[in-house]
Amino acid sequence: MHSSGISIWFFIGVMLTIYGAMILGYGLYELTLPQMAVANFHASIWWGAVLLAAGLFYGVRFRPGHES
Amino acid sequence: MFGLVPTSLFAAGLHPASVAALAFGAPSLAHLGPLDIAVIAIYFAMVIWIGFYLKGQANTSEEFFMAGREMTAWIAGLSFVSANLGSLELMGWAGSSYQYGILAAHWYWIGAIPAMLFLGMVMMPFYYVCKTHSVPGYLKLRYGQGSSTVAAVSFAFMTVLMSGVNMFAMAEVMKIVLGWDLNFSIIVSSLAVAAYVALGGLRSAIFNEVLQFVLIWGGALLVPILGLVETGGWSGFKARLAQNIATGAVPGGDYTHMWRSMGHFADNPMGIHWTGIVFGLGFAISFGYWTTDFLVVQRVLAANSLRSARLAPVIGSFFKMAVPFIVILPGLLGLVVLTNGDGSLMHLVGENVVKANPGAGLHSYNEVLPLMMVRYLGPGLLGLGITALIAGFMSGMAGNVSAFTAIFTYDIYQPHIVKHAKDEHYVLVGRIVTIVGVVISIGAAYLVMNAAGIMDYVQALFSFFISPLLGVVLLGMFWRRATKQGGFWGLLLGTLTSIGLWAWVKADPSALRYVAISPDAKDMAENMYRALWSVITSVGVNVIVSLCTTPRPLSELASVVYGATPLPKEEPVPIYKNEWFWTGIAIVIFLALNIYFW
Repeated sequence: MHSSGISIWFFIGVMLTIYGAMILGYGLYELTLPQMAVANFHASIWWGAVLLAAGLFYGVRFRPGHES
Repeated sequence: MFGLVPTSLFAAGLHPASVAALAFGAPSLAHLGPLDIAVIAIYFAMVIWIGFYLKGQANTSEEFFMAGREMTAWIAGLSFVSANLGSLELMGWAGSSYQYGILAAHWYWIGAIPAMLFLGMVMMPFYYVCKTHSVPGYLKLRYGQGSSTVAAVSFAFMTVLMSGVNMFAMAEVMKIVLGWDLNFSIIVSSLAVAAYVALGGLRSAIFNEVLQFVLIWGGALLVPILGLVETGGWSGFKARLAQNIATGAVPGGDYTHMWRSMGHFADNPMGIHWTGIVFGLGFAISFGYWTTDFLVVQRVLAANSLRSARLAPVIGSFFKMAVPFIVILPGLLGLVVLTNGDGSLMHLVGENVVKANPGAGLHSYNEVLPLMMVRYLGPGLLGLGITALIAGFMSGMAGNVSAFTAIFTYDIYQPHIVKHAKDEHYVLVGRIVTIVGVVISIGAAYLVMNAAGIMDYVQALFSFFISPLLGVVLLGMFWRRATKQGGFWGLLLGTLTSIGLWAWVKADPSALRYVAISPDAKDMAENMYRALWSVITSVGVNVIVSLCTTPRPLSELASVVYGATPLPKEEPVPIYKNEWFWTGIAIVIFLALNIYFW
């Protein structure tokens, strides 16, 4: 899927990067708030970080013009 | 996604009348914040971006309808399994697992894996080598125009109708979960689907299916992970479940084993016997759907080589085996972690109970997945989970619309209306038919909205055609003696058998004891045995009629029948790229899962 232009994995990388940054950012902000009674185990922080890392990997690895 | 929906929706009890009744006046389950709305908005922007970007790569009919046959094995495989991974499936089966336990995983394992591997290893060479563009296209090559047209018309009609029915059901779900207006959900999602499929054709649909696949895992995977953390792992969950059963907080039953209670219809809450699961679900329904439903087969036909086409279903099978982790497990975990505001264990009930007690604050089985999302997902993550549900719906609709477009243009318009036009003409027709398909879907959605009871009939209608088609395709592919007349009459009488058995049970529910060969059989068993009888009829009629009629000479069957088709030699590859190696791994994992949860 590289020969005909931008790879689908690049689109996925962009999307995951945006989502990861947003969710991780909120998770960090959430740390400053009083503890909520929801059993989320600070999921926003580590799940946001996972999404961000995956997004950056795919975004860079499959960036336009970079043949893998 | 819709081939297995009839079974699953019936199974899950997600009947439109009850869903509609639930929607009106019920408070929404979740409330989205600005971050969640932003997550959803970004998804819509992304799919439209992809549609516009791919517009320039959908100029020829091969590009528009077959994605240029350029998909890698991974993309075709993820798209193949993603087209089936709809939101209603996710929610319905999560609800079923809350109600029936891990039995629901049969629909993901024996109800999918053997058929997917069979498609990849055995059937795909014939589909791929004959360069057909569709399943009706294969029937035309093998049996002639008559069978092809019957299959094409029924598939096109039912596909677009099912698309509308599911659009309505999804809008209802959005109303229940988020309190969104029905018209808003239908119009916004339809416009987005129409835009990106009409612009980018099948390539755009496939790209978005892969995107949706990633979103579903990104949005839903966190729920079972956090659930297992909270319950102390699988053994901790089982201990808490056993405690709840012992105290009567959860109805008694075996929620964590798949085969032990299958010895007799009366031994399990689904009212099914293992023969129904193995031969009805595992063969007639599953093989019918995964190997002949053009919605999923189209994705594999778009692969860039025979090896990719064979590997795609194998890759898909690994992810299909993992889906119960994000569907079945959350439903099971709901049995021990969902609590009311006062800390007491929440009891989900059937739709009829919710309907009979409006204002009582009851929730139905089908709401277990959204309830689990609300429990575990905070701002942003909840938006991601909801986006996964929306993406699942839109991807399913796009899959139906792109399949409808290809079937209508190639198998109805080209052979019967305008036979010899320029390639650009058929691409233009494809774009117009995409819009028309979406408009018909919207019409069907509003039709169902005003007469919700017809949804049951529409779903049943779809199931009538799949199993008999399996009998015809299998015989056509592996028996040279099968004739044009045999294929036509096998398809017709197999379908009539299915319709007849369905009507018999509808008119006289006690007839189920004859259809499913047990007085203890329940509704779910009917689908399985009905599918089995229709395959048997289809094959039997095909054999008898074929033996009484003249077969086509072998020279005319090259590339469509086993024994008359020279398969291309494939270049040797390292073992980790070999399709047979990965098929073997998939079989081992499939067997291990069934043994572990026996």
